[in-house]
This record gives sequence, C-alpha cells and structure tokens, in this order.
Amino acid sequence: MKRKPVINMNKEIIAYNNIDHITKLAKIRLGKEEKELFSRQINDILSFLRKIGEPDIENIQPTFNINTPSQHFHEDIATPSLPQDVALGMTEYHKNGYFEVPGIL
Amino acid sequence: MEKDTVIGLEIHIQLSTKTKLFCNCNTDYVDKEANSHTCPVCLGLPGTLPVLNRKAVEFALKTAIALNCHINEINTFHRKNYFYPDLPKAYQISQHDLPIAKNGFLEITGEESNETRRIRINRAHMEEDAGKLVHLEGDGNTLCSLVDYNRSGIPLLEIVTEPDLQTSEEAIVFLKGLRSIVQYLGVCDGNLEKGSMRCDANISIRESDSGRLGTKTELKNMNSFRAIRMAIDYEILRQRRLIEQGEKVLQETRRWDEAKGKTIFMRSKEDAEDYRYFPEPDLLPLHIENEWVKDIKNNFPELPEQRKKRFITDYQLSEYDSDRLVEVKSLGDYFERASENYKNYKQLANWILGELLYYLGQENKDIDDSSVSPASLVDLLQLIDRGIISGKMAKSVFEQMFKSGKSASTIVKQSEFTQISDEDEISGIIDTVIQGNNETVQDYLSGKEKVIHFLVGQVMKHTKGRAKPDLVLTLLKERIDKIET
Amino acid sequence: MVKNREISVEQVMKDLFNHIDNVDSTLKAYLYVNKEDALIRAKEMDQKIKNNDIPFLAGLPVAINDNICTEGIETTAGSKMLKGFIPPYDATVVKRIKEEGGIIIGKTNLDEFAIGTSTESSAFQKTINPWDKNRVPGGSSGGSAVAVAADEAIVALGTDTGGSIRIPASFCGISGIKPTYGRISRYGVIAGTSSLDQVGILGKSIKDLAIMMNVVCGYDNLDSTSAETSIPDFLSFCQGDIKSLRIGIPQEIFSNDLDLEVKEKITDSINKILQLGGIIEETSLPNMEYALPVYYTIAAAETSSNLAKFDGIRYGLRAKDVRDLEEMYLNSRSEGFGSEVIRRILLGAFILSSEGYNDYYLKAQKVKTLIKKDFEKAFQKYDLLITPTSLTPAFKIGEKTDNSLDLILTEKFTSPVNLLGLPALSINCGFSTEGKLPIGLQIIGRSFEENRVLKLAYNLEESFKEINSIKPDLS
Repeated sequence: MKRKPVINMNKEIIAYNNIDHITKLAKIRLGKEEKELFSRQINDILSFLRKIGEPDIENIQPTFNINTPSQHFHEDIATPSLPQDVALGMTEYHKNGYFEVPGIL
Repeated sequence: MEKDTVIGLEIHIQLSTKTKLFCNCNTDYVDKEANSHTCPVCLGLPGTLPVLNRKAVEFALKTAIALNCHINEINTFHRKNYFYPDLPKAYQISQHDLPIAKNGFLEITGEESNETRRIRINRAHMEEDAGKLVHLEGDGNTLCSLVDYNRSGIPLLEIVTEPDLQTSEEAIVFLKGLRSIVQYLGVCDGNLEKGSMRCDANISIRESDSGRLGTKTELKNMNSFRAIRMAIDYEILRQRRLIEQGEKVLQETRRWDEAKGKTIFMRSKEDAEDYRYFPEPDLLPLHIENEWVKDIKNNFPELPEQRKKRFITDYQLSEYDSDRLVEVKSLGDYFERASENYKNYKQLANWILGELLYYLGQENKDIDDSSVSPASLVDLLQLIDRGIISGKMAKSVFEQMFKSGKSASTIVKQSEFTQISDEDEISGIIDTVIQGNNETVQDYLSGKEKVIHFLVGQVMKHTKGRAKPDLVLTLLKERIDKIET
Repeated sequence: MVKNREISVEQVMKDLFNHIDNVDSTLKAYLYVNKEDALIRAKEMDQKIKNNDIPFLAGLPVAINDNICTEGIETTAGSKMLKGFIPPYDATVVKRIKEEGGIIIGKTNLDEFAIGTSTESSAFQKTINPWDKNRVPGGSSGGSAVAVAADEAIVALGTDTGGSIRIPASFCGISGIKPTYGRISRYGVIAGTSSLDQVGILGKSIKDLAIMMNVVCGYDNLDSTSAETSIPDFLSFCQGDIKSLRIGIPQEIFSNDLDLEVKEKITDSINKILQLGGIIEETSLPNMEYALPVYYTIAAAETSSNLAKFDGIRYGLRAKDVRDLEEMYLNSRSEGFGSEVIRRILLGAFILSSEGYNDYYLKAQKVKTLIKKDFEKAFQKYDLLITPTSLTPAFKIGEKTDNSLDLILTEKFTSPVNLLGLPALSINCGFSTEGKLPIGLQIIGRSFEENRVLKLAYNLEESFKEINSIKPDLS
C-alpha cells in the first residue's frame, strides 16, 4: 500500500509556551505545574494522533456526516416557551428576570 | 494623488418568521419581559439539539433570489466558537464555507446622478442571533451585566457585499433598496432603530494610481441611516487625513459613537478571535431541491421596481411620486388600499406624500401606526370632491383626524367646517349684506362689476367662510339683478 | 410475572431497592436512587394492571446513565460542573420509557461527561466491577453495566461514543447494544461527541435489549440526525438460526497487543458460530489501525465545543468571588471540570484552532473516508463482522489513570464502529481462567441492520447457557 507521511513527524506540535493560547481559547486556568503536565500529555497524544498522517488522502473527500438521511425541519408554529422562573431557576445568579454576570465594561 | 473610497457592507436582517431558527420559541420578543421567550434549546441547556426552521430557509431563499444570487444546492452549517454571555452554547450556529447563497447583485440608481450601478453581493448566509446584554451602572462602574436570551436564536440572514460602494450616499441608497426588497418579500420589517436590520461597514481608501486597496477598518454600532451616513463620512475623512499625514491606517474594528459623532477604536486585528469553525455535527447538510426554488420563483411577490413601473402605468403617477410611494412597502400598500375607492390617483398621491407623510414625520411614526386609515383619507377626499369642505379646510380637518383618530365626517359634522349650500340660508345672509352695503350695490349696478367680489367677501365673512363661494356669487347676482328690474 | 399478576410491581420495586441498599454501598453503581418516585409509580402501575391497562414495559425497572436528562431528577454527567442541575425536561428516550410504563429507578455513574473507558473519572465515586472488586467496570457507562450485572436493574440505558456501552458490558459479563447512529434520539443526552454519540442498552439477555430497542428507537423531530428509517419489531429477530449468515473476522484483530485469553475465547466463539451453521471467513480492514487516532481527534474536537456551554451562567457550577467576567469563566470551568475532561477540551481546542484544523481535524475526516471504504467493501461480502470487544478483560482500578494513551487503546475495536455509525453489540463469550473475568465478543452489522446483529447474538446466547449461568459473587 502506498504511504507517505504528510505531517512532519519531528515538528513540536504544541509547545509549552503555546498552551497559553489554547487555555485562553478554551477558558481553562492551569497552574504552572499543571501547565507542564498537560502540555506534555497533550503532546504525547498528538504524537499518537499523527498516525493519521500516514495514509494517502490526497484525493479523498472528508466524511463529516455518516448517515445522511433526509433533511429535518421544524414548521413555523410557535410552542410555549419555558416560564421565566423555570428558565432562571437553574442558577442562583439572576436579577429582575435576567441572568446576572460580572459587569462587562 | 486621487483617491477612491471603497465601501463594503455586511447587513444582518432578522427574518420575520414566527419561530426561532432552531426551536419553536415565539420570535415576538420585542418589549417583552426578559427571558420569557426561551426554551432548553435556545438557552443552550445540556443535551438539547437544533432543528432548522423551514420558513427561515424559505425566507433566505426568497432574499437570495431577489438579490440575483446563486443558490448553493448543498449548504452547511458550522459552529463559530467563542465565549460571551449573550451566546448560550458558547458557539453560534452559522454558515461558513458553504453559505446558502453567493454571487448576487443589486442595482442601485444614485439619487442625484441618476446613474444605475450594479453592486455585487458576495454571499448571504443564515445564522442565529445572540441574546441581549444590559449593563447596570453605579458609582461610574458597571456593577453587573444582565443577560436576556429572548433574542437568542432569532433567525438572521447576513448579506455581504463586495466593496463596490464609493460614497456614504451610495451606501444609503443600497441599504434603502435592500430594505425595500426585504419588506416587499415579507421576510424582514427592515427596522434599523429596532435592530431588525443591522449594518456594519468596511471602509478603505484605494489609490487610483496604483489601484492598491488600502487597509480596511470595520465600522459597527450604526443604528439609523443617519448614523450610517455620518459614520462612513467620518471614517473616510479620518483615513484620508491619516494617509495625507503619512500615517498608517490600521486594520481594526471601530464603533460609531452617536453622542460624540465619531468612530472609536474597539479592537485590532491582532485581537481577532480564533473561532475554530467546524461543521455543525448536530445538523445535516442542507439540500436545496430545485423544486423548492422553482416553487418560490413561481409564487414570487412583486418587488419595488416592478411596482413602481405599475404605478406609473396603472395610476398615471409621475416617476418621482411612484418612487416615493413604493420605497416603503406599507406606504405603497396604503396608496393601493385607498385607490380601490378613490380614482383621482394624483390627488390621492399628493395627500399621502404631502400631509400624511408630514404628520407621520412630525410624530416619528410609521405608516402602519397612522391614525388615519386609507378609508378615512378617501372619506376626506370625497368630502372635498362633493364640495362639502374646501381644499383649504380639508387640511385643517386632516390635522384633526391625525391627532384625534376621528373620521373626516365626524369632525366636519361636529364643527363649523361644513360648507353652507342651503340656498335659503345663503339668500337670507345676502339680503342682510345688500341692505348694509347699498352704495356698493349701486356701484355694481352702474357697471363696476368687480365690486361684486367685495360683496361675496362680505357674505363669506358672515358665514365664517362656510358658504360655497360660487353659489354665493350666483345667488348674489340673481338677487341684485332683481333689484335692477 | 408482573404481567401475569404473580407479583406486584410495588413488590418488585421494594425487593429491588432492598437489594440496591445491600450491594450498592460497595459497588457504587448509582449516583442517585429514585426510590420514592419509583414506588409511587409502581403503585400506579399496579392499579393500571388491575384495570387491564397494561403498557408494554409494565413497570420494568430501568436505570438511566447520568448523562441522560431526567425531568426533575438531578443529572450530573458525573461532573462537579453539573452537581445540583435538575433539568426541566426529559430526554426523548426517557420520555418514551415512561410512556411505555417503564420506571426510572435511578441515575448511574459514569466517566465525567462520558469521557473515559473505566468510569474512574467520575467526579463523585468509583464504581466497582462485581466480578473483581479491585477492577474497573469499564466505561464510560460503567454504573449502568454494574447495575445490570449485579441485578440492581433489569436493563439500563447507557451512551456509547467509542465503546462506552460495549466495553463495560464486556467487562461486567452482560450484553450491550449500540444501535445505528440515528436510530435513537440524542435529544436530552448531554453531548460529548455529537457525530459519534449514541444511546444504547445494557441488559442481561438479548431479548431484554430487543424489548428496550422497541421502545427507545425511532424518529424524533427534536434531533436532526435522527433517522426516519422504519422500526421493525426487534424482538422478532430473537429466534431462528444463523445458517445463511455470512460473517467476516478482520485479520487485523489478531495483533500482538491482544490478550491471549481473549484470543482464545474469540476462537471458541468462531467455532461455536461454525457449529451453528454460520459461514465465517477471515477478511481485512487495512485502514482500521487509523480508526483510533481518527476517533480520538474528532472526539476531542467536538467535545471541546460541546463542553463550552458550561460557563456557569445559566446553570451548573459558578465559581464564587470572581472579580470579572473572564475570571468567572476561568474559575468556574477549572473548578467544574476534572483533569481528563480538561485534557480533552484543550486537545480539542488545539485541533480546531487555525494551527490544528487542517493537520488534524480535516485529515481525520478524510482518513475516516478510507476506513468507511474498508468496511463497505467487507460488508459487500459479509452480513456481519466480529471482533473482540476489547483487547483485555477488565483492568485494575488505578492501573491506567495516569496514562491516557493506554486508556485510549481500550477502544481499539469499538471506536471504528462509532466512526461509521454502525450497529454493534457486545455479548459475554466466556471468562478468563485467571481471575474469572468476563470477556466480550463484538458483533458489528451494516447500518440499520440490527436484525442480523440481534439474531447472531441470540443464537450465541442460547449456546452460551453454561457461561451465562455463572454469576458474580456479590457478598
């Protein structure tokens, strides 16, 4: 079978100094030690995932959806919404009918 | 060095479906209590899933067809991932590389130049609206922010133009044209103030010599045509000055500050988020079947341009009047409803474009909120035609109609507006006038015919202007002629 | 027995809750036992039965994996993030069970947000394998598997993203089915990997699975990926022989990392199938070796997006004493999520970022196409494929917690099935000699062909009577 590595196997994928970018995107706070641990572990996993670079996929289309049955729609008929107290009732942080968050400048 | 301005617009229109884009919550959220129009889906509760609104797709297709777009037979939804309190799932379901429509155009005619230009549409894509934030201030700080998800999930169609516009004037003409179209299609009410139509503008300066496009800035927060015009003009000036001073225009997003009358830095390109777009796994690719498009085309509503032509031929109105009547669909509708029972179309158009628009403007009202209905206006015009009131009086009556909401007939009956056309009543007054103006009567009899108008004036004075002038003249002449014999 | 009125539903429930009281303090299958509510419903059911209005499930006690929303009952997905979250809606599957007269007896433990293969990452408790108290039950639906294996429930719903029903079924010596993607509504199932997640059933007998399939399968207009394919009577496939069935066994499964005893039991099963008249041949799925990294890439990507909604604003944990919005996000999410989930979220955020999208996400979706072609080719020749459910029997608690990669390997044979949305079932096919640990055989069918999967499983079950008579020691 024809095989050619597509990803550069030596490339440092997610460097320690890079993890800040990702924690920012994902809104996760990590301590210094955690940061070291996680970036090492994630790098290990990425090395494993790089196996997907082996097969030849040059003319292969991605398969995003497996079973593609017919389209589903909802008809344009309104149904009752949740009562306000139920909508707000899943958090203690609400005020005057609104959800409350720290002030945004 | 000659420089052109290059303007591209990104317009969001709220599609006026009855339910939200991915759930069956009622879209009738404006001025309703916060968080009263939400469900597990549009609140982003765990385990909930989106189901696409067929009507929203139909509305998007209608708009795309009217804008001469290519419809993508297969189009897909993507997730745009970012955190913000108004975005309940922390991703917006939007369309990315395969939008519902692309490559369209809208022709605009400059208000002054009268030259027609084609403004290209790059794409139109469906997406969901976010909730609304309210900020509670205190001691000069934001104490907390409050979130209302009623708007979360309202269907939007984002229409992106190519940078084909050159002036703020053109941008406004384009937007008015677009607004007119979506109103005619019945897919959006096109209200900038209420936010059912929102517009961002990308602006840059092109150097004519090199043809090189300068760095663009994106303008946001413009909530009226006036604001759009002022913001674009301000930004053009700001960029020109920077260039003249040898400084660089930076790629950034700026917001229009209405109070300060200027654009203000919001964020730079470097701060741009990595939205991590990927195909929405909870929705399958949307297949637009040809039959569907055909069906929509077969039942396509009249567009403003067609209606204008019809107004010119069917009602013999001028191009100018027709233009003004059709721009806002409801105004054209008003005219047509009134025209069913009133055939002096020119007169009707004059009253609508004159008095009616004047008073609506005074009170900042939409035609739909007019207290004078088409039937009511026709009633008034018929009173004029029947000679019950004069044209001049009718203007006062109209003012009262507009303010009180009463019908013309009621106002005329209740007041002194009715013309006196009772011959006996007028004859009595004529007798009085003749008795009190003997000399003038003699002057008339001796050949000074012009003085008859003085006598008419006297009769009118006695009747507070309510007598019908031509009737007074006839009766007066008859009466004096009798004296002669 | 209930339908024949030999015993009341209430009595069944009482006995069941007594048994749960006795064993669950050790096994820790349940996060919540719905005793009060279940007993009320049991009484109502007895009344109905008396009136001869007997619904299909007639008071059947069902356990629900705790990542499936239950109206009015706390639903945590095994995460601190959702401690105290009481959904105002039922998942479609729960609704259907209730409508057919099933009774929800409790919410079962799982790996946090169903991410894991051992149920060890639950924020609340470690569930014990009833066959060996030092071993994991498998995961992520470990609580559901243990509840069934230890007779704490007749059947249980679980979810399966890469093996989360079949692995614990195999580790706990019971049966578990993950139907075709789209067969069962995902509405109300807390999403991990939307394109792979599927609800499934754990039970002791194939007939129990089929009965539940009849209830929970079917189109749902609240789930756009739900299939409109017609629903057969699944129970009708639990009969007949397998004489015309063509079964393929991929040669790739016999690799070095396959436990020898697992290999032995699979060989036994092959012989059994041949005895039963099935046609069995070796086949090849050359790209299957990429399934695991493809699966993991897609799972991490979608998980990172699906778990972003846990921001502390509308429900779920919100960190106290935060200075600003950013801190609210950071602290709430860092306090609410466990480390395995955080690892997955960070990995997924990278995979979807501008740096990772083309090299990982898009590539994975393309390699998926290759794997799909392999399976399509195999399914042209065979009605079913069989593999071991996992490389090894249940491993020891704590053995793999520090090694994500080792844990990933547990899903080697199960995850390709999810990638392609196929139906698959795990059935106990014997025990290891050392330690007497159950070993699972996986049966994979074509899309929407659960009928053949059930038929082979039922035939094997009938011939495995001896194996099935062995019970775990719950004392």
